[in-house]
Amino acid sequence: MVVLSNERLNDQNNLLKVTPATGEKLPDTVSPGQFVQIRIENSVHTFLRRPISVNFVHTSLNQLWLLVQNVGEGTKHLCNYSEGEKINIIFPLGNQFHLPSKVTSKILLIGGGVGTAPLLFLGKKATDNGFKPNFLLGGRSAKDLLQLDDFKKYGAVYTTTEDGTQGEKGFVIHHSILQEEKYDFIYTCGPKPMMVAVAKYAHENDIECEASLENLMACGFGACLCCIEKTTRGNVCACTEGPVFNIKELTWID
Amino acid sequence: MDRLKVSIGGLELKNPVMTASGTFGYGTEYIDFIDLSRLGGIFVKGTTLEPRDGNNYSRMAETASGMLNAVGLQNKGVTYFVQHIYPEIKQYDTNIIVNVSGSSVDDYVKCSERLVDLERIPAIELNISCPNVKEGGMAFGTSCDSAAKVVKAVRKIYPKTLIVKLSPNVTNIGEIARAVEAEGADSVSLVNTFLGMAIDAEKRSPKLSTITGGLSGPCIKPIALRMVWEVYHAVGIPIIGMGGICNWQDAIEFILAGATAIQVGTYNFIDPAASVKIVDGISDYLDRHHILSIDDLIGNLNID
Repeated sequence: MVVLSNERLNDQNNLLKVTPATGEKLPDTVSPGQFVQIRIENSVHTFLRRPISVNFVHTSLNQLWLLVQNVGEGTKHLCNYSEGEKINIIFPLGNQFHLPSKVTSKILLIGGGVGTAPLLFLGKKATDNGFKPNFLLGGRSAKDLLQLDDFKKYGAVYTTTEDGTQGEKGFVIHHSILQEEKYDFIYTCGPKPMMVAVAKYAHENDIECEASLENLMACGFGACLCCIEKTTRGNVCACTEGPVFNIKELTWID
Repeated sequence: MDRLKVSIGGLELKNPVMTASGTFGYGTEYIDFIDLSRLGGIFVKGTTLEPRDGNNYSRMAETASGMLNAVGLQNKGVTYFVQHIYPEIKQYDTNIIVNVSGSSVDDYVKCSERLVDLERIPAIELNISCPNVKEGGMAFGTSCDSAAKVVKAVRKIYPKTLIVKLSPNVTNIGEIARAVEAEGADSVSLVNTFLGMAIDAEKRSPKLSTITGGLSGPCIKPIALRMVWEVYHAVGIPIIGMGGICNWQDAIEFILAGATAIQVGTYNFIDPAASVKIVDGISDYLDRHHILSIDDLIGNLNID
């Protein structure tokens, strides 16, 4: 793959757009919820690839978008890639989000921080399939809410910030829309405490819910058995059986 | 390509490059990336008599040039392997070797017995060196007596090629190698992971649920190489070398230190096609140096 652009969105996040170096078409099997494993070149202190979820696939421009949060040595390298550089990516990996069978179902996509990444692609797929998705996106501050203009193309966007600089003040789980609307399906990705709170809300209100996990992994394709999640089926690899799980399979709620 | 051929006991390998247990699943995880028939063999996931859930999350911590793991031998047990996995993988055109682990001598014997009659499994690797289980595993590999006991018991019931995987967490690895050779092991493979630890300074907590785990990757290569060299001078049986091998140069270094064959381990996670690239690299090396057989390289280090 080759880097087309690497735009800094805020002090911590970059939007990396890549395309196949050979000019071939991106596989049309890439689905919302899937992820890629990017090799980190020339970094002494890192060794493993970095798993990054697919943010968006722009079919007509043949672009794969990846939202990268600069949190350590490996992701710092990714944020420093420049246009034209080759980048070694294994993809697509993992399973995907499942849309409801009825297009009349009301769906809400809840994301926090960089966890909003896969929800943009899911929002597009939902819209393409006739759904009218709503988005509830949270961050610490207004500057942490990413790609809002892109999200708005696919549905109503509600926001929360911890400091109140945009949208309702507080966490996503406290947003008034959750009291006002009754959704049939919720899809969530973000920090684990947020996802657990969302899962509890969904469970208590009898709403179907899928969560995308970010367990630490080495390989990303089911060989190392490091990223396991405890489920009703026992310990399973989050990379191959997930990263998307129905919350009924997880052991988050007693 | 005959010059790439080597043998380990009764096992004929088309080339000396194999993949390490615990890093290669059952081979099926890699068929999108490589042609398994290009490899000398694959060592499949550690198998135990009874199913094991393995350790709790988190099981992995990245380290400088390596990683720690604490998987803890998660597997569905030997019965499941024989009934469900073996029928799926037996058609692979490479040597399939099962890594066997246990908590008692009896476990090793019973598990090995279940594998004897599998036509397409020409060898087993006794794992007496897993650092991530409370009972058994490494406990057997860190004393000559217990290592000898396991090998002696399994040797009685397992007539095919018997490889013993050694722990590096010992004072004198040559002594352990001699002890298992004396009980009839056909080969030793080394090294398994080094016991290590990683701490999150901010949280003041260990990064692994088990606190300690097994260190692997290029950071262990110099120590692994030294241990292969020591064992080469301690035993007469062939050695399968491993520990941080990432490329053909690393592989040649292990062969020069005394290994007859090598295993690629953790690096499979970074480059799933690394093992096949290493086969090609070794072949080029033999061409450039006009070497007619791998056997001419084994332990053939120029020392003034």
